[in-house]
Amino acid sequence: MTQPRTAEQIRRSRNRMLGLALAAFVVLVFFISIAKMG
Amino acid sequence: MTTTIHPPATPLPADWRDLIALTKPRVMSLVIFTGLCGLIAAPERIHPVLAFTAILCIAMGAGGAAALNQWWEADIDAEMKRTAGRPLPQGRLDRTTARDFAGILCAASVFLMGFAVSWLAAAILAVSIVYYAVVYTIWLKPRTPQNIVIGGGAGAFPPLIGWVAATGDITLMPVVLFAIIFFWTPPHFWALALFVKSDYAKVGIPMMPVVAGEKSTRRQILVYALLLLPLSIVPWWIGGAHAIYGASALVLSTLFLALSVRVGLRERTGPDDSMKPEKQLFAYSVIYLFALFAALVVDRFVVI
Repeated sequence: MTQPRTAEQIRRSRNRMLGLALAAFVVLVFFISIAKMG
Repeated sequence: MTTTIHPPATPLPADWRDLIALTKPRVMSLVIFTGLCGLIAAPERIHPVLAFTAILCIAMGAGGAAALNQWWEADIDAEMKRTAGRPLPQGRLDRTTARDFAGILCAASVFLMGFAVSWLAAAILAVSIVYYAVVYTIWLKPRTPQNIVIGGGAGAFPPLIGWVAATGDITLMPVVLFAIIFFWTPPHFWALALFVKSDYAKVGIPMMPVVAGEKSTRRQILVYALLLLPLSIVPWWIGGAHAIYGASALVLSTLFLALSVRVGLRERTGPDDSMKPEKQLFAYSVIYLFALFAALVVDRFVVI
């Protein structure tokens, strides 16, 4: 049986996902800028 | 509106998996697919990064609208077996987080689409979000049994948005694609409503089988399936697609009609009726839309 996750674990996992999403957004904006220039 | 079902003793922070569940990922897969097909089937090409961005925006907009829907209907969802396991009725998320998440997704999708791809596509995306979250969820769904018919327009927007993202304007072909999904929605949803009728009746949602009765709903499923058959061939007829699409549409829609005839002409045998034909029609309706739009894309690249 899996242990229920603590609030700290949930928060850490959510912050990691948010960080990844923001990083992906920055990369996307970079590539969009290049595509628009082309 | 307050959610009273299963609130945890000590509120936990929102888990990202619950936020993803709020966007109805399974429904979104069909939205992404039809949007992508609209974009690929369009006669003009755009930069792959911009195409990816357009599809991402369609997905974010659909996810945001779905989250707004769940935020508004949390109380109703808690009463229905099919939806009681969702994050809000289960108390795994608080409503403010859900609303804020939905709002950010919707706003970000429209502005990103506008700045990166096309403001016309962004405007249609904004209309589709308002149509689903306000016109369908808040206004029509609790008021009229025609909710699915009129609200079906919300799900019909993705190929239109994909097409406009690629070409920058609206022509007859994307409007026909819109109409195909519009006419597909009532038989798809009413087949589901027939076998979860008691759920809808319990929460007072005036779905067609609850208000007009099963017999009338079955006849209307048949009417929409009959209209869908010629409509699905229109892209071929107007020259927007070739023979591969035309033949596929004819076969797929004939089978759709055959399953609808089976549902349309039968009656529930009793309380123990397994509703197999209705379940088969519902399952096939999903395959039908995937296959029809896949045929459109294949047809675009393979010309006989």
